Amino acid sequence: MCVANTGIVLSVDEKTNTAEINFHGNRIGARTGLVSVKAGDRVLVHAGCILQKVSDAQYEEWSLLAKELEDADGDKE
Amino acid sequence: MDKEILAIKRFLSEYDGPEMNIMEICGSHTGAIAKNGIAGMLSKKIRLISGPGCPVCVTPSSYVDRLIELSLEPDTEVLTFGDMLRVPGSRGSLREAEGRGAEVRMVYSPFDVLEHAKKEPGKRFIIAAIGFETTSPVYALLIDTLLKENIKNVKLLTSLKTMPEIVDELCSSGAPIDAFIAPGHVCVVTGSRVFEEAAVKYALPFVVSGFEGADLLKTICLLVKHRGEGVVINNYPSVVTYEGNTTAKGLLEKYFEKEDAVWRGIGRVKDSGLFLKKEYAVFDAGSRDIVKDEKKNKGCSCDKVIMGKLTPRECPLFGKLCTPEDPQGACMVSPEGSCNTEYTYR
Repeated sequence: MCVANTGIVLSVDEKTNTAEINFHGNRIGARTGLVSVKAGDRVLVHAGCILQKVSDAQYEEWSLLAKELEDADGDKE
Repeated sequence: MDKEILAIKRFLSEYDGPEMNIMEICGSHTGAIAKNGIAGMLSKKIRLISGPGCPVCVTPSSYVDRLIELSLEPDTEVLTFGDMLRVPGSRGSLREAEGRGAEVRMVYSPFDVLEHAKKEPGKRFIIAAIGFETTSPVYALLIDTLLKENIKNVKLLTSLKTMPEIVDELCSSGAPIDAFIAPGHVCVVTGSRVFEEAAVKYALPFVVSGFEGADLLKTICLLVKHRGEGVVINNYPSVVTYEGNTTAKGLLEKYFEKEDAVWRGIGRVKDSGLFLKKEYAVFDAGSRDIVKDEKKNKGCSCDKVIMGKLTPRECPLFGKLCTPEDPQGACMVSPEGSCNTEYTYR
């Protein structure tokens, strides 16, 4: 139910507050009222509404933990 | 990346520390965990439990009964997501009611109602508005649109639930939970901060997670590493921020207010529901009257499964009297329900 899919905004119609989204080649309409978007944005869509723009951010401290785990693995081998 | 994942998998499979019960509270996480075989990759000391994260599974039976009543009224049509069609109320499901003449339409988005409402102004359209914080802003935006476009033949029957209150209910009830996989798409709206209070109050780690297998493995690894710490970690920062979607939260505050709500199998939970404010009552189809919750089958254990007290397989009806073809409880209906998931991927 809380399923959301990522697509790319193809066009925005400000009169109707809708956008056309490319989901892996399928063109589907979505509402834009919850977040401001423009063509080319990667977006998360839920129940026919754009919920958020998708960024490239990653959990910052992840690399430290990954290194710790890899070092621990290295010690075992 | 492959090297990282291998290191995580090895860490989790060889973990020999204190036993950990990790609860996920999102139906999509339940499905992703089963689909990716995550539980089989973990040490026996790490146990995954499904909590009350499937909106269909926590919607009380009287809500389904009320939807059926409405769908049988003249010049009235109920619009719903597909998940709700087969959920049993105390006297059957919407799908069964269709056989008695009920008008029910499955929709991809609540906004699909606009076209129908404009085309048939003499007809009343009822939206089956269920969900958590992920979906609630969609309904708020719909009300906003109905007002702007002066559409008056649409109403919502709401059963909208909020996460922090049910998490508090779970933790205060003494459920044996050591950590939470926090629901990624709820947090897109609420922001990761929504779980800070519970994390500190109960000294439990919450990790906001994405839905890929690698995301979930990382999340579980972080939860194990932070066992006993009252922290919230955002492991889904590509779409989740600390504050969440402030426009969505603003719309929710404009049209809805928090009140006590009834959860299937759990009962009334303080301030855990979102209801349309009195000034927008014209759009409400009687949501505040939904207080009863009756089981279709008295032997159904959905209430205990939802609260993590039983696994689906520990329910005596599982796979025998209760199957996806003939569900006795809501957890077996929805593809996000823990019993349905367990049955599908067993």
